[in-house]
Amino acid sequence: MLSKRIIACLDVRDGKLAKSVKFVDTKDIGDPVEKAREYYDDGLDELVFYDITASSDARNIMLDVVEKVAGEVYIPFSVGGGIRTVEDANKLLWAGAEKINVNSAAVKRPELIAECAHAIGNQNTVLSMDILKVEMSREFPSGYEVVINGGRTPMGLDALEWALKGEELGAGELVVNSIDADGTREGYEINLTRMIAEAVSIPVIASGGAGKPEHLLEVLTEGKADAALVASMVHYGDYTVSGLKAWLSERGVKVRMRY
Amino acid sequence: MPVIVDYDAGNVRSVQRACQHVGMDAEISADPEVVLAADKLIFPGVGSAVSAVDTLKTRGLDEALKGYYESGRPLLGICLGLQIVLEHTEEGDKDCLGLVEGACERFDFTDRSIKVPHIGWNEINIECRHPMLSEIQSGDEFYFVHSYYARPVREENVLGTTDYGDIKFCSIIGKDNLFATQFHLEKSGELGLKLLSAFKGWSV
Repeated sequence: MLSKRIIACLDVRDGKLAKSVKFVDTKDIGDPVEKAREYYDDGLDELVFYDITASSDARNIMLDVVEKVAGEVYIPFSVGGGIRTVEDANKLLWAGAEKINVNSAAVKRPELIAECAHAIGNQNTVLSMDILKVEMSREFPSGYEVVINGGRTPMGLDALEWALKGEELGAGELVVNSIDADGTREGYEINLTRMIAEAVSIPVIASGGAGKPEHLLEVLTEGKADAALVASMVHYGDYTVSGLKAWLSERGVKVRMRY
Repeated sequence: MPVIVDYDAGNVRSVQRACQHVGMDAEISADPEVVLAADKLIFPGVGSAVSAVDTLKTRGLDEALKGYYESGRPLLGICLGLQIVLEHTEEGDKDCLGLVEGACERFDFTDRSIKVPHIGWNEINIECRHPMLSEIQSGDEFYFVHSYYARPVREENVLGTTDYGDIKFCSIIGKDNLFATQFHLEKSGELGLKLLSAFKGWSV
């Protein structure tokens, strides 16, 4: 039986680890390579790096981080942030990433998903969606809207419609990130996660809001997510990856326990 | 020298890095001569079987792989590398290398909650003991990413199986000097590295 995955998300700015709270104020909390290695040794299933570097000339720093991580950890990891072309994606793959996450650039130009899926394979193309809860309306039948630029720019696009479109264009996995929940540590957006997970036939990774083990249990069962993204709850040492997995396993969630 | 076959299907560098980690310096090559002369050969791959088989043929690597297999030296297939050693795949209705009798089929579930591709960590059941598996047990988990699965004709070629939805599929193939895994041992943590290390020491 397939295990539910615990994925740690590391926000990287100028080659350093940062964790954003509601995407606004970011503070530095260490070296991404060291952190990746620590989680790998503790049984983490997968890693995601989001490059939140502002300037495009600092992108090479990220490639260097990817290269170093690939030499240290032997689990899948993906990289997102600033990927606008197949060339960007290829560079990251060549440096050692397993998958790439497209987000804002794909909302602006959806063909990017198809181009990446064709060039590097569906299974390596992850669509990351930043989503805000809105009033249910004719424009937003699901009651959720896609936003970009770290949640600052609403796109007038229904979240469920975008998830289905992303799957159709060739995304192999979806990251469903709730901007409302992100950084709050008050729990994932269960309704949103379940709605998308039930509608698509590709795996869904729940993101935003993890603060307690109960939140993971909830999103992996009720929320029907295939994987749960964690960030600050493990970055600041409140919980460990192995501890979270043991806790989930005791409650009947199938997670990888031998590593 | 160990050689990793390069046919534009996936990240050969990840495999090379993992090899390095277990103390095996492997060369990445797309040259049929180099492939034929290898003392150990790794045949990885992700993505589309159709373009993979086409590229192998264009580069003359299909014949090199067959020739290498016949030499009796150790051959390790990974993911698409496992699928292509069979005779045929449903993906694009494509004929493959035919080193092992059988074909690949697409996962097809009536229950739509079973996701395709099969992505993530899943357990293996060891069906048949093999020197490569001396340090691996049933229940150990490995990282999978695939939409098609192998159905070898002969039971003795099925070294390991994995359960997904209501399908029990062949996740490890073995035949003579060939050992192939559907999962990515280069992305399967320490257990994956153990397998790679076993390959380093495997003499047929």
